[in-house]
Amino acid sequence: MDELAAVLICVFGGLAGGLVGVGGGVLFVPALTIFIGLNQVEAESTSLLMIVLVAIVGAYRQNGYGNVRVREALIIGALSPLGVWIGVTVANHVSERALQLSFAALALFMAAQLVRRANRLPTS
Amino acid sequence: MPAAAATPDHAIWKLAAIGTLAGIFSGLFGVGGGTIIVPLLIFWFAYGERLATGTSLAAIVLIGLLGAIAQGGIYGNVHFRTGVLLAIPAIGGVLLGTAIQQRIPQRAVSYLFAALLVAIAVELILS
Repeated sequence: MDELAAVLICVFGGLAGGLVGVGGGVLFVPALTIFIGLNQVEAESTSLLMIVLVAIVGAYRQNGYGNVRVREALIIGALSPLGVWIGVTVANHVSERALQLSFAALALFMAAQLVRRANRLPTS
Repeated sequence: MPAAAATPDHAIWKLAAIGTLAGIFSGLFGVGGGTIIVPLLIFWFAYGERLATGTSLAAIVLIGLLGAIAQGGIYGNVHFRTGVLLAIPAIGGVLLGTAIQQRIPQRAVSYLFAALLVAIAVELILS
């Protein structure tokens, strides 16, 4: 039963990846900890493997639809480890609660901007 | 919406900024870079939603691979069999998701993405 729940959540994680272009880790990690019984580090590591596999297939399909700028994607991806290093360094010097609330505020701001922009688009 | 023009060379720093920001948020919160990459490609480069999400997925392939390498000992923590087995339904999901995405209006993708951002914000506030 637990395995079935994990499978269903992973379908939704992949679905989210295809629909909105995220990796799906936001759903894979809880599926792995709650229903498979992995600890947090094991779940995040295993989720990373799943994200890579899902993103390869998703990007391949999107490329077939003409929806991928490969050079731009490579530049973004190549610079991410620098950001991870900065992020980890910052996290060691600032309160976690302040970071959580700051990112929550940023996420809400971006959500509002996306909706405002989408409302102005012609229906297509 | 017309396709965004190819990125001019002088805008490459903006792509670099997106990559760095995506990494920062992964390092801070463990959320995938896509949460940052998709909105910034839309706001800063006027990408349509499909181009932004497709390019984000391609970047995530590289981010995931580099993340695994950067974490060094990560392989000791990966449950390969579980990961590969659960990747099968997830890949089914991503095939379905990309197919649906081609058939719905681009603005619907923005609304879905906004809903995801609100869910993440609520989770961060409550945690």
